[in-house]
Amino acid sequence: MSAALTVEGLHVHLGESHVLQGISFEVPSGGVTALLGRNGVGKTTTLRALMGLVPRSRGAITLEGSDVTRLPTHAVVRRGVGYVPEDRDVFAGLTVEENLRLAERDSEPNYALVHDLFPELRQRAGQRAGTLSGGQQQMVAIARALLNRNRVLLVDEPTKGLAPLLVTDVAAALQRAAELTTILLVEQNLPVVQRLASDVVVLDAGRVVHAGPASELLDDPEHIRRLLGVHGGGH
Amino acid sequence: MRPALRIGVPVAVVVLLALVPRLPLEIPVVLSGPLDSPGTLQLLALCLLFAGIALSYDLLFGFTGLLSFGHALYVAVGVYVTAVALTRWEWGLLPTLAFVAAVAVALPLVLGAVSLRVGGIAFAMVTLAFAQAGTVLVQKNPYRWTGGEEGTGLNYDEIPDAFVGVLNTKNLYWLALAYAVLVFVVVRLAVGSSAGHVWRAVRENEPRVAVLGLNPYPFKLIAFVLAGFLAVLGGIVWLLLIGGATPEVTTANFTLALLVMVVLGGAGTRYGAMVGGFLYTLLDQRLGSLAGSSEVQGLPDVLRVPLSEPLFLLGTLFVALVFFVPGGLTSLPARLRGLRPRREPLPEKAAT
Amino acid sequence: MSTLVLLTITGLGLGAMYFLVASGLSLIYGLMGVLNFAHGALITVGAYASWWFGEQLGGGFGVRLLVGGALGILTGAVVAALIELVLVRPLYRRPVEQVLVTVGLALALGALVQGIWGADTKPILIPDWMFDTTSVFGANVPNDRFLEIGIAAAVLVGLTAFLRYTRFGLVIRAGVENRAMVTALGIDVRRAFTIVFALGGALAALAGVLSGVYFNGIDPARGTSLLIFAFIVVVIGGFGSIGGSAIAAVAVALIQQYANYYASSGTGDLAVVLLLAAVLLVRPGGLAPKVAH
Repeated sequence: MSAALTVEGLHVHLGESHVLQGISFEVPSGGVTALLGRNGVGKTTTLRALMGLVPRSRGAITLEGSDVTRLPTHAVVRRGVGYVPEDRDVFAGLTVEENLRLAERDSEPNYALVHDLFPELRQRAGQRAGTLSGGQQQMVAIARALLNRNRVLLVDEPTKGLAPLLVTDVAAALQRAAELTTILLVEQNLPVVQRLASDVVVLDAGRVVHAGPASELLDDPEHIRRLLGVHGGGH
Repeated sequence: MRPALRIGVPVAVVVLLALVPRLPLEIPVVLSGPLDSPGTLQLLALCLLFAGIALSYDLLFGFTGLLSFGHALYVAVGVYVTAVALTRWEWGLLPTLAFVAAVAVALPLVLGAVSLRVGGIAFAMVTLAFAQAGTVLVQKNPYRWTGGEEGTGLNYDEIPDAFVGVLNTKNLYWLALAYAVLVFVVVRLAVGSSAGHVWRAVRENEPRVAVLGLNPYPFKLIAFVLAGFLAVLGGIVWLLLIGGATPEVTTANFTLALLVMVVLGGAGTRYGAMVGGFLYTLLDQRLGSLAGSSEVQGLPDVLRVPLSEPLFLLGTLFVALVFFVPGGLTSLPARLRGLRPRREPLPEKAAT
Repeated sequence: MSTLVLLTITGLGLGAMYFLVASGLSLIYGLMGVLNFAHGALITVGAYASWWFGEQLGGGFGVRLLVGGALGILTGAVVAALIELVLVRPLYRRPVEQVLVTVGLALALGALVQGIWGADTKPILIPDWMFDTTSVFGANVPNDRFLEIGIAAAVLVGLTAFLRYTRFGLVIRAGVENRAMVTALGIDVRRAFTIVFALGGALAALAGVLSGVYFNGIDPARGTSLLIFAFIVVVIGGFGSIGGSAIAAVAVALIQQYANYYASSGTGDLAVVLLLAAVLLVRPGGLAPKVAH
């Protein structure tokens, strides 16, 4: 299985802080790779660096074989990268329909999939996105990324702050998406990770401390506790 | 730099500058008369004055990261309040100075208190608006005090004889030098104080200052009042140098020129603002004389037009500078040596 | 009563110009984060370009104004686009230096215009019908005021429609809210920057042309004086908000007119500054909703 995304020796400095200290990992094609770690280790920064939203001091990023390290954000995205940011970042002043329309890249955006997964969005098409609930905004954020054909989806804590029912919905949506494309998923919610991930990469203090198949790590609560400081298993 | 050099060099420079009125030296092209001639001394005095005023602005912009577009207002206050008190109200010198000093504290305190409620661009706009209000006030010529477009002359009765008359231009020169030195010492002390450290923190990363438990507002206000006070003093010296009050100190161009001076020399550096202020004034005055000269007026239009407008040349120079030497002129030595400039050339964003 | 009507309509004419300048400034700052001091120079460039083209054309005053004006607006747009491409874009992500460049440009362009055409006011010749007055509620209102108000209203409608119904408008509205996220959707905002800057230049030039009619002449300082009030309008109305600019422009212009007349000359300008201070004390972010970058 080839890699959809390869990161080699990536360094990111934010102000005085050396946030990413030479991380390297691979995201295999077709699966869901979970990026795990405690708060503040640099998970979100990693995704933002892949997107070109933060400057990369050193290192290389390869997308299905081509080097995208020096590309500006919009160029990276046009190569087939979808992004679901941590705070959703939907445009509050625009309607749901406008938010989606803005995200269209392909000549035939996949509204069928979006409306199938999130029928509520169709009903609320004319509603200003700023008036949506957190869960509905999350749907918009994910839908945006699913409209286009992407080689990789970068998804940052999609279930954060959501009620359990919505968490299930989001997980189901991501599972559908995983059938179509590769996903790099930052997630703190371990049951969701267990359900979706085929591989995991663990970060600590700006470095990769573990990488491998998901089952290996997730079946070992002691290992989980050491790496993530949380209890493994459902809660 | 070794400590001995650090103190030694500026002291030597000041001594050298103090000796200028005694030197019958000619510097061709740059100056039109020998160093000890009244005309040249007047010019150099103006340059020194602006070195000081520019540094007072740098305290705000370069050290605290506050992009104010209204600093010239305080210079104008120094000019006009002093002129009006002496000439229209016919006060004595000491009461006038005391009054102006009081205004020099009260006005920036009040205006700063309002302006600093907002940050970044809004702050810049508010300071611009207040300066504009000053301009309007001067133009309105209330009670015929300010003289409107024509300005007002200065009543010399109360001015000490030492500052009156062409032969005493050297005394005015030394006054300007004293002002520049005063501003330098005050700013150095202030920047080195604990308040100064907070200012620098505000410039670099204001949210972090609040997180550390400090309220940035009073510190910014102190910087604002101090800078305003020094500018008002500069206005008093200006009045003595020019011999009258004219509305040119209230124009938008004057305000923008201060910003140009500071960036020209290097914002937030030890000597940058002073070098910028000195050089800009020198260029402006000399280019102005050059512009009016018969040689330039006789040139074909393509050359005559740009050369007869000093602000065009200065503006273009400034744009080029921002692109190629953003650290200002004082960062050139380090750049030429291949080193990085000592600190980030400009605040990354205006403090909010 | 008739004085009030005259003051109001004249004030609205002034507000029209403030709106034209402010809307461009507001979009430019809202989308790009650039405080464009050169905007004043664009006003002046537009005014002088239209006057110059009019002189070259000769013929009737109406034609001169119309064609000269159109060419002046075009000049403003082109100059603005050049400024953005050559000077502003290379300084992307260095906002303070962008402001400084516009400051230097403002000084240089202003001096250049003065150098070429001198500091005196150039009279603007207008066709008779603009010169004539129409009676409104007993007041004799010069017809040119209606022209300015009409044009500004048309621009307001046009801009709002542009923002609401076109893809570009969508990109701009989204970009004003969150520029980074727009790029994260694969859109190259820099093209939008150039368009917005050019649009701002066109609007400023239009304001310059109209100011020539309103004030019966043009001079090199016109741009700066309009700009300062436009800045105040933008702060009060809120960055990135066209509607906010419109309302604030009307408010500022009317206050200026009324105070200048009923109190004393110059009081209006002071009153506007006080209004700004009052607004900022009450709502430090200005009247419009927040803009994220």
